Amino acid sequence: MRRAVIAFTAFMGGLIFVFLAGASTAWAAEGEEVKGTLRIQGQPVEGVKIKVATDADAPVGEATTGKDGTWTVAVDKAGSYKVTLDQATLPAGKALRDPNRGTLTVQVFEGNARNVLFGLVDANAPPAGQDDGGGSSYWARVAQLVFEGLNLGLIIALGAVGLSLIFGTTGLTNFAHGELLTIGAFLAFFFNTTLGLHLLIAAPLALVVAAGLGWGQDRFFWGQLRRRKTGLISMMIISIGLALFLRALLLFLFGGGGESYDQYVAQAGIQIGPISATPKSLVAMGIEIVVLIAVGLALTYTRLGKATRAVADNPALASSSGINVDRVIRLVWAAGTCIAALAGILLGTTQNLNFQMGQQILLLMFAGVTLGGLGTAFGALVGSLVVGMFVQVSTLWIPPEMKTIGALVVLIIVLMVRPQGILGRRERIG
Amino acid sequence: MDWTLIFSRAVEAGIGSEAIIYALAAIGLNVQFGYTGLLNFGQAGFLAIGAYAIAVTVATFGLPFFLGVGIGLLLAVVMALLLGIPTLRLRADYLAIVTIAAAEIIRLVVRSVALSDTFGGTDGLQAFSGSFYDMNPYPPGEYGIPPIIGFDNRSMWVLTVGWALVAVASFILFMAMKSPWGRVLKAIREDEDAVRSLGKNVFSYKMQALVIGGVIGSMGGFIFALSRSAVQPDLYSTDLTFYAYTVLILGGAARILGPVVGSMVFWLLLIFIGTGLENAVNSGAITFITVNQVGAIRLMLVGLGLMLLLIYRPQGIFGDKREISLDAR
Repeated sequence: MRRAVIAFTAFMGGLIFVFLAGASTAWAAEGEEVKGTLRIQGQPVEGVKIKVATDADAPVGEATTGKDGTWTVAVDKAGSYKVTLDQATLPAGKALRDPNRGTLTVQVFEGNARNVLFGLVDANAPPAGQDDGGGSSYWARVAQLVFEGLNLGLIIALGAVGLSLIFGTTGLTNFAHGELLTIGAFLAFFFNTTLGLHLLIAAPLALVVAAGLGWGQDRFFWGQLRRRKTGLISMMIISIGLALFLRALLLFLFGGGGESYDQYVAQAGIQIGPISATPKSLVAMGIEIVVLIAVGLALTYTRLGKATRAVADNPALASSSGINVDRVIRLVWAAGTCIAALAGILLGTTQNLNFQMGQQILLLMFAGVTLGGLGTAFGALVGSLVVGMFVQVSTLWIPPEMKTIGALVVLIIVLMVRPQGILGRRERIG
Repeated sequence: MDWTLIFSRAVEAGIGSEAIIYALAAIGLNVQFGYTGLLNFGQAGFLAIGAYAIAVTVATFGLPFFLGVGIGLLLAVVMALLLGIPTLRLRADYLAIVTIAAAEIIRLVVRSVALSDTFGGTDGLQAFSGSFYDMNPYPPGEYGIPPIIGFDNRSMWVLTVGWALVAVASFILFMAMKSPWGRVLKAIREDEDAVRSLGKNVFSYKMQALVIGGVIGSMGGFIFALSRSAVQPDLYSTDLTFYAYTVLILGGAARILGPVVGSMVFWLLLIFIGTGLENAVNSGAITFITVNQVGAIRLMLVGLGLMLLLIYRPQGIFGDKREISLDAR
């Protein structure tokens, strides 16, 4: 008991200490404001003027979007405001998706920062949704969505592999796994912006620290709980508490707004056949594929990988055949956290960093893991790719804002018809 | 430091509408998790159903208020059935994942732009609570014990109805859990197979628990919507569910008064710490954090509290350690 108290305190203290230096990046505004991030296909748009006026057309203020596409206008009180995007200041070739929606009326609540979104499109490209099948542009769109789906699916897979390995070896459904992604992304952000290292140096450094955190997390926290014979459901709810704590800690340290790395923010897309992609996303996908293949090979051929699968299969039997189960679990935690951090960093290069970014794809990771079969690493990989692909391709038929719903519905349906998933085995579900 | 303000805010939160909402949500979870051992992680979805049923019925379609209440209760039953049928035969964590996914689906649907004509998008809906406040028997004025407690007549009406609901729900559960029916639920929590071997239909009992818990949760949604005279989709995120779990475990699961006392203590402490810190920052007593960061500290404390409770005192204030179903089957 005392040991656990000391270990727990040390773990929490260590976490706070690691981030304490970042606390200087305090929050900017207090009170009500209207804000947003202007982007087109995930790329920020700079130098666009946005005006805010009251309902009675009295001007309140205006802002110009920054390098990362963000803009903020403070308003003095809650109420209804008109937000106008000055279409003349849009860069050449960019236009509003719906030119009539240049002025939006929004409600700002007490003490709230209200996010306002303007949908932008390439003015040269044919408007989306107009071409109903048949033409080559339809298939171009399908190809583009499949590509984006692969991109998303690979990121989900990186997170899901760790989630699945941890579940397989310890039985823990880790609700704090999304936060491991976020921590990785913000560690790299800290090394990148506060210490001024180039992202190519900051990212590996963040991965090393993340692996250490994962190792420590098991050494000082989960391992101690296992030793106390804490029940699995209890551990699951503890992981929820940990997730709430870590998310709030990140909010405390880095604020609620979106952040971005110093490098690789805006990149022009390049055209490969029917697909337009940024070079950074191609590099990211390359890294993801290499890492996933490496994990797969390691699980299949190395001694440690075989030991991991043995522990996942039957811990007692593995232990009696001479495998140090605790050591394997600890390494799984370290590796899982490291891979999750990599997913967070790569996600951070394509979208803004945000204290909720991991939580937002946690359910997609669960969907991937469940679809593939709970507890099987390869199942998680396949399931995640299917989920990512499904989420993006489904926007052909449903509005993009609803694409996550599709994946969650599929998750529920899979559990109804084939609860063991694609690669899972029947006896795991009982 | 304005101690009167801090104490007054804390006490008001401890008996105010937040405490009622979370008490009802946690009573629902108590039936499911505390007594039956079902992990419903989608309680926020049931609250959202209750809140939006009233709001959409009255504000969007202009139909009577009590019809909205009826629709809310009915939809809560339907949702519980839909969630229970595929998952109640599977292991506990499957129900957890499905319910959390379902709650997110509900939130994403009601906040979508495509359906904003019906649900109001991210702004939500207003102007539906008129007929509820028309029934208010309290004449305008301030009620309470100055200087600590003070509510206006609208809040008094919400508090009266809310605490009445809490009392009725608690009383019904008290009677139900003393009955043979309640003993079957507890037996399912302890050993499902033993109950099955006695010829009881475990699936049916679990389903009843899921439905009853969901319906009580949707009543929390009624109070949530009416006390604020507005519904906003993002108030019904998964965090609400997890706070309700914290409330339940703090008070003590599998105890009738556990969720009620848990909710009061939870909000009293949370607002006391929050207001106290804000006050300390504003008056210059604490200089190393900003007022905005106080919110994050409060959230950290909830997470930390949930972890510490489960590690060191899983039975909470009132519970019995032997009655807490925290071991996986």
